[in-house]
Amino acid sequence: MIYNEPHPLEVRVLTRRFGLPHSASIDTYLAHDGYKAIRKALTEMTPEQVIEEVKASALRGRGGAGFPAGMKWGFVPRQSPKPKYVVVNADESEPGTCKDRLLMENDPHQLLEGALIAARAVDARSGYIYVRGEYRYLIEILDRAIAEAYQHGYLGKNILGTGLDFDLYTHTGAGAYECGEESALLESLEGKRGIPRIRPPFPAVVGAFQFPTVLNNVETFCAVPWIILNGGAAFAELGTKKNGGTRLFCLSGHVNRPGVYELPMGFPLRRMIEEVGGGMRDGKKLKAVIPGGSSCPVLGADQADIPMDFDSLQQVGSMLGSGGVVVMDEDTCMVKVALRIMRFYAHESCGWCIPCREGTMWLQKMLARFHAGGGIQSDIDLIGEVAQNMLGKTFCPFGDAAAMPTISLVKRFRQEFEDHLDGKPCPYER
Amino acid sequence: MSELVKLTIDGKPVEAPAGTLVINAARQVGIEIPAFCYYEGLALQAACRMCLVEVEKAPKLLTACTLPVAKDMVVRTETPQVAAARKAMLEFLLTNHPLDCPVCDKGGECELQDMTFRYGAGESRFREEKLHVVEQQWSPVVYFDAPRCILCFRCVRICDEGMGVRALGVVNRGAHSEIAPNMANHLECDECGMCIDICPVGALTSGAYRYQTRPWEMQYVGAVCAHCADGCKTTLSVRNNQILRGNNRDRSGINGEFLCIKGRYAYDFLEHEERLRTPLVRRDGKLQPAGWKEAIALVAERFRGVKERGGSIGVIGSTRTTNEENYYLQKLARAHLGTNHIDHHQTGDVVSLLDGLAGRPGRLATTADLYNAAAVLIVGADLSQQHPLLAFQIRANVRHHGARVYVVHPHPTREEHGAARLVRARGLAGVESIREVLAGETDLVVVFGDHIKGPDVERLVSMLPESARYVALVDYVNSRGALDMGLLPDLLPGYAPAPHPGLSLQEMITATEQGTLDALWVVGANPLEGVAGCRTFLVVQELFLTETARLADVVFPAAAAYEKSGSFTNVCGEVQRLKQALAPSGAKPDLEIMGLLARQMGFELAPPLPEAVFDEIRRVVRGYDIPYATFVSGGAAQATSVNGHITHCSRPEAIQSSRDSMFTSGSLGRYCRVLQAVIEKDLVEVPE
Repeated sequence: MIYNEPHPLEVRVLTRRFGLPHSASIDTYLAHDGYKAIRKALTEMTPEQVIEEVKASALRGRGGAGFPAGMKWGFVPRQSPKPKYVVVNADESEPGTCKDRLLMENDPHQLLEGALIAARAVDARSGYIYVRGEYRYLIEILDRAIAEAYQHGYLGKNILGTGLDFDLYTHTGAGAYECGEESALLESLEGKRGIPRIRPPFPAVVGAFQFPTVLNNVETFCAVPWIILNGGAAFAELGTKKNGGTRLFCLSGHVNRPGVYELPMGFPLRRMIEEVGGGMRDGKKLKAVIPGGSSCPVLGADQADIPMDFDSLQQVGSMLGSGGVVVMDEDTCMVKVALRIMRFYAHESCGWCIPCREGTMWLQKMLARFHAGGGIQSDIDLIGEVAQNMLGKTFCPFGDAAAMPTISLVKRFRQEFEDHLDGKPCPYER
Repeated sequence: MSELVKLTIDGKPVEAPAGTLVINAARQVGIEIPAFCYYEGLALQAACRMCLVEVEKAPKLLTACTLPVAKDMVVRTETPQVAAARKAMLEFLLTNHPLDCPVCDKGGECELQDMTFRYGAGESRFREEKLHVVEQQWSPVVYFDAPRCILCFRCVRICDEGMGVRALGVVNRGAHSEIAPNMANHLECDECGMCIDICPVGALTSGAYRYQTRPWEMQYVGAVCAHCADGCKTTLSVRNNQILRGNNRDRSGINGEFLCIKGRYAYDFLEHEERLRTPLVRRDGKLQPAGWKEAIALVAERFRGVKERGGSIGVIGSTRTTNEENYYLQKLARAHLGTNHIDHHQTGDVVSLLDGLAGRPGRLATTADLYNAAAVLIVGADLSQQHPLLAFQIRANVRHHGARVYVVHPHPTREEHGAARLVRARGLAGVESIREVLAGETDLVVVFGDHIKGPDVERLVSMLPESARYVALVDYVNSRGALDMGLLPDLLPGYAPAPHPGLSLQEMITATEQGTLDALWVVGANPLEGVAGCRTFLVVQELFLTETARLADVVFPAAAAYEKSGSFTNVCGEVQRLKQALAPSGAKPDLEIMGLLARQMGFELAPPLPEAVFDEIRRVVRGYDIPYATFVSGGAAQATSVNGHITHCSRPEAIQSSRDSMFTSGSLGRYCRVLQAVIEKDLVEVPE
């Protein structure tokens, strides 16, 4: 069920069971360390120690924001008499990103165990896996895994005889990118329109159904069992400073071997393209890279030596994001890239706040006209200015996600915009 | 009082209680931070982004509408960065806005226009095609023009939170997001028009008002709604002696901005073609138009004749005429016509309540108390149907203060949603079952309908905490005033006992049928509906030819509430001034008609001027020495309770609410086309 051949440079931690026969079954899982971590967390560790271990691992949120997971868990008021929830963000929607689906498809029990450990850490009694609407097929796989876990006593009442009760449910989204934003996800989970909430308060304190909630990405939860079994320090050591562990990079675009590869944090981008990805397709030259999903500012070929971790990318004004690495060769029209990205955001904007709702639509229309040869000189600045007017002013990070790549494209590839002026046809479309 | 926080806004030192939002703290020192979606009293949104401000040490602009004040916070609201952000937001808003201001009803009072004027750019950089959606009619009174909508969600919130109706929502997403009604292509709701009123732009417009005028062409008159007893202030927009709109945008009066369908639209009876414009006199068995002089002379002569030969005259007063008219009527009847037969249709047992509260001053709740009390008990009343303002107050109280609501009613009502306790029972027995819980409520307001009357009222009072305050519900705009002014056979104004009690309403009706009364004078009431025949000389003052008026010998066309001045006393005993909005055409105010009759009969009464009569009321009627300044400035002063036992003949069987729904209003409601038009399926019936 694996989509691409593993590569020797990979460090297979989360994906180590991928490729085993019946890797999604509980039998395979149990035969390969399965549910040992929760046993350890329940019998040998206090909830505080669990959180400390996750903190020590330098595991940072794999959804895109890169917030330290252990710290997030630590914000949950454990002593509160309110019920607490664990919510798994499986609404993987960032263009260029396709890792969570593999984790759920190939090794769903790893996710279940990660959620269970989070429940142990914050004293939650129930949890939800919020699965992207388009991933309907995964619901079946997850529900089967959940049923197996109940049969084997890893879910339900009195887990492993320790008195821990935990119920886990799948919940499907209806196909909205915005529901990957944690507070919109919670609204949607509660059966409401998927629009983000005013924060603070943050979900750790006021989350699902207004109760304290641990909410993390699939990949984040999947890293937890290994961390508990092998120690936070061991995980941290796999990566770079403050960027613990490995990361599933979704390598796509104009490379010879696109695929999802688990590589250590800080792995150099150039080696990812040249070695892991087998180099540029048809021997073309590299033009640009989107390093972490469509919402990240674009990198130029001159920046390809960067180590792929949260901090290094932030330093050059981009983001590690969701791990979606999109490689573009010299034949790519960057105006079209901007248009393609904006078409997505205009389609997905939830409509809640003015700058995002109106800005994405405006930019999409302007870029479409521009790409079709209807652009005028002042449009180039205007595209950048409209995006700038969205940046930092929207209700949720969606507006920034739409604005940042646009701003970076206009800035970095201004000449390509100039080349579309005066009714000239797109130079890249022959 | 929570702790005061010191901060600086635009260099001005500000002190505000912890939890205050920056947008409100700024207002305290005269700094306006613009906003569309922020609306006091409704849930926070932070959607319009107009209120972005600079806060020292914050990495980006923050919304002042969601930002609580913090110690030593430094806020700047007029920096180039803030100005640019506001301009940008307005530019975004106008991209898909049709800019059809010249034909938009909102023109001149549009917040988008005002904001663009003040903070926006003079030219547009948007060169793309605008999105367009066709206008929709959602109900006889609600139209929606999606392209004008700026999606501030005020309408959705006022409907959800304010009205508890939840008839509006949002469909689609992104720039295609649209406000949508609850029934696919139309609205099924209270038709209160709050959504239209609260809309900052011309997206929601009123079927009653649209395309008729520009706002600056009208005059605005503060009147009191002519319908239910809640006594909402409605500001009537008048042009050419015609009311074009009712609303209360200045949020003055006891109701703030609240109005239901009746206060907002149900003034159309004024122009109903069946409106009486001339006196009618029965000739050859038929009512025929007559001159005022002739009709007045005829009635005066007959009344004088009856009086001179010691005959009996019955007087039935109204729940819709002003205090001045009621007072004048009973005085004329008692002191000059020499009759004690005077009564009106009682709809709630206020008398027993006042009696039951003897010795306990200050136990009558005000409209504001319903918003502020820690707990509210509702017994036998469907407030959302019959007392929409009181229901609105209670909902706001629950939302803002977490008030506990107890409901005792045999049928489902809106108030029971989220109620602390619901008892599906009738009257006292229901209250009895939660007596212990209620005993713990130290700040309780009790609202009861006609399920509790007669001796039950005193039992109710004795069952509840000493500190409880009460509202005895009555039906119509001056039902309470009719009682206070002594339109009762056994009680004079101010509930003083009448030395010789006369016939009650029911007794007068029977006497009319049997011909044992010599004359019956009905002012603004329809007591003879369903009566087989009338064998008495009958004089009726009315707006329309009601069942009673049809039986009359003389009918005087009366002016409606909006056509005269005076005062009304609402269900909570709050006295409000009624200002004349229109000149009556053909009709005369009841007070004037009574004055003409009095003069014709040679009685020496004070002149029939509302101001003069009101002065007398303030001097003479117990409880009515209310602050004059409050009254004339459009405020509502509560008449103080009599605070003593009332010697009265309890007739609980005569006390009966008409059980109007939100779309009916007694005889008057039949002539309100707007009310008839919005009734969805079967006539809404409010169960007993």
